[in-house]
Amino acid sequence: MAKISSRAELESWRESILAGRDLSKPCITVCGGTGCRALASEGVSTAFGEELRRAGLEAKVDLRMTGCHGFCERGPIVVIFPERIFYPGVTSNDIPEIICKTIVGGEVIERLLYEDPLTGEKIVHEPAVPFYREQQRILMKDNGLIDPKKIEDYIAVGGYKALAKALFEMTPEEIIEEVKRSGLRGRGGAGFPTGRKWEICRRAKGEVKYVICNADEGDPGAYQDRSLVEGNPHSILEGIIIGAHAIGAHEGFIYIRNEYPLAVEHISLAAQQAEEYGFLGEDILGSGFDFTFKVHRGSGAFVCGEETALMASVEGRVGEPRRRPPYPAQEGLWGRPTNINNVKTWATVRHIINNGAEWYSGIGTETSKGTMVFSLVGKVNNTGLVEVPMGATLRHLIYDIGGGIRGGKKFKAVQTGGPSGGCIPESLLDLPIDYERLTEAGSMMGSGGMIVMDEDTCMVDMARYFLGFSTDESCGKCTACREGGKRMYAILDDMTHGRGREGDIELLQELSEAMKDGALCALGGTAPNPVLTTMRYFRDEYEAHIREKRCPAGVCKDLISFYIIPENCPGCGLCLRACPEGAISGEKGKPHVIDPDECIRCGICREVCNLDAIGVR
Amino acid sequence: MEIEVDKIDALVDEYGGEHRALTTILQDIQDEHHYLPKEALQRVSERMGLPLIQVYQVAKFYKAFSLEPRGKHLITVCLGTACHVRGGVPIVEQLGRSLDIAPGETTKDRRFTLETVNCLGCCALGPVMVVDGEYHGKMAASRVDRVLKRCIEAKEATANG
Repeated sequence: MAKISSRAELESWRESILAGRDLSKPCITVCGGTGCRALASEGVSTAFGEELRRAGLEAKVDLRMTGCHGFCERGPIVVIFPERIFYPGVTSNDIPEIICKTIVGGEVIERLLYEDPLTGEKIVHEPAVPFYREQQRILMKDNGLIDPKKIEDYIAVGGYKALAKALFEMTPEEIIEEVKRSGLRGRGGAGFPTGRKWEICRRAKGEVKYVICNADEGDPGAYQDRSLVEGNPHSILEGIIIGAHAIGAHEGFIYIRNEYPLAVEHISLAAQQAEEYGFLGEDILGSGFDFTFKVHRGSGAFVCGEETALMASVEGRVGEPRRRPPYPAQEGLWGRPTNINNVKTWATVRHIINNGAEWYSGIGTETSKGTMVFSLVGKVNNTGLVEVPMGATLRHLIYDIGGGIRGGKKFKAVQTGGPSGGCIPESLLDLPIDYERLTEAGSMMGSGGMIVMDEDTCMVDMARYFLGFSTDESCGKCTACREGGKRMYAILDDMTHGRGREGDIELLQELSEAMKDGALCALGGTAPNPVLTTMRYFRDEYEAHIREKRCPAGVCKDLISFYIIPENCPGCGLCLRACPEGAISGEKGKPHVIDPDECIRCGICREVCNLDAIGVR
Repeated sequence: MEIEVDKIDALVDEYGGEHRALTTILQDIQDEHHYLPKEALQRVSERMGLPLIQVYQVAKFYKAFSLEPRGKHLITVCLGTACHVRGGVPIVEQLGRSLDIAPGETTKDRRFTLETVNCLGCCALGPVMVVDGEYHGKMAASRVDRVLKRCIEAKEATANG
């Protein structure tokens, strides 16, 4: 295929791709996201291929390995088109039956269907599964439909249409105006208006300008950016090219985590294809606009998600942040004006250009427009990626989509915004999610991680965990973050070991303020947030740790002991055999006993016991 | 440690000796040797015309780089928030007991290296343990030894067979 050199050629290519596709032809899609791959989806896909060959159905049935569907916990996910029959958790053993019954016989296999954990109802079609039904998918929509390695698949779903529109129908100023009017705000966490950011960079003096896609998704518990880069890389690339055109940049980068090998592979391949077909390089689509794009792998440093640190890293230096101003839009990469946006922000651009600012600003709340992709994880029944309009409530997300808390436990808190965010308690479950509301609650949007915690989570331990994270990831350049983080961690660590003292809460408060005021970048400035929110909403847990040397959730090892509840223990010996320290004794058939002096409180006995016979106090 | 000077020179030249390619070059060396040998850093510094201290600083700053040789098998446990709340720590502790090493260390026989990572982005499958690139989701401390044994036996059988 030769380079596409005009808008008309792009459209005729699209038409020829679509003409070659029969939408009524059965198509088996297997999810190829990292989550499903970890659950052996590649083997499932290969087995489908072999079985189709064996049955002589290769020509009659399409097989496609798609991007991430988002319902990762139930993987490997198989969806059969055109009906969209949904089979989660498929193994290679199920394949002959699926081919024989569903593909050939048109019959639905009851045992493979998804069962709603709340109602016990079996659900046949993907869109009817509550996890998907309650979502409004814009960015994630095509993930499950396309093979991310095939540019033709992206073209078939309207790919690069927005780019053509932006290049041939709009001036750079009009593009910026459209994005401004849409109300799109940065999806990396801080929520700065995207159109305004572009405008500042466009107006900045200088011939050479850069655009960067920040895919250094470091927030633990958030993986939506990975899923988008893996599942629909061209959608991000299209947004970047449009943005570069609007800003007047001719060179761009994606900075992507090295921990995401599949995403690196897919975006690199997409860039190669885009160049081959004329969406990147010189004279894009015959418009006269030139743009080159490079993939830069990160090397494992959380602070590189901060834009000035990220730029230092792209330049081949140590990823240390610097003081702002000057902002990257004025002096960025190699001192040139640079515009940096998050993966989701770039992926949204094409939808705004295609459907208009009014359409986009019609979704969401007064101040936060559009949809947001959250990774709903932790102690919730349905874990995975969820895209909802801004303004949806936490309750809607956790209960209607997430199916509530696992194992019938009680909800305690939801953590948003990663190590910069906070823990939101049950009393705020009806909070509509937008930038302002989350900030008012002491947390933040962040990149969309949403970690649900139940009654078995200790909030002091959680605060200690996040401080440990921030301290570990602190680059060490400024004193407030380097020293402040260490001191706060030491206090929290003492508390979890029963060495908490009166006045610790006040001291943490003081240190938090100092860090907020004194830190050079957002890593240090927001690191106290998990501590401040847990102290604000769960002060009683702090007090129990300090005053009573007690961990109410039964997590902090030095403050708990395990014992066997004789009434529940049949003396099966499971825990006795599993105990790594030999701390459990007892005769078969009679209640066992734990020797508290030998016990290291690893919790393995509790894990293996099926009868709730291990208690914690 | 024997390093092939020509290979490193070729690598540096491939990126046109540009300073911005430093991390990329180190990544390639790390991929091949599973750590950054001292001699390799020295050669990179010479070939790129960068002070050794600058190369060392970058090698030391980023977590993906190791300045120590690593074990034959790399075990990584995710301690992202989602894995943490679902019990990632007990898994690291159990591995530490079984292998008699702390996270970041390598066993004396250089067979295993144990590492923790801040998030692998497989949060829905947490807690996650990765053995030589093979993901094991929904792990439990009580299953660690069994899974590890099975996994290593299978790998070594393939390697020897």
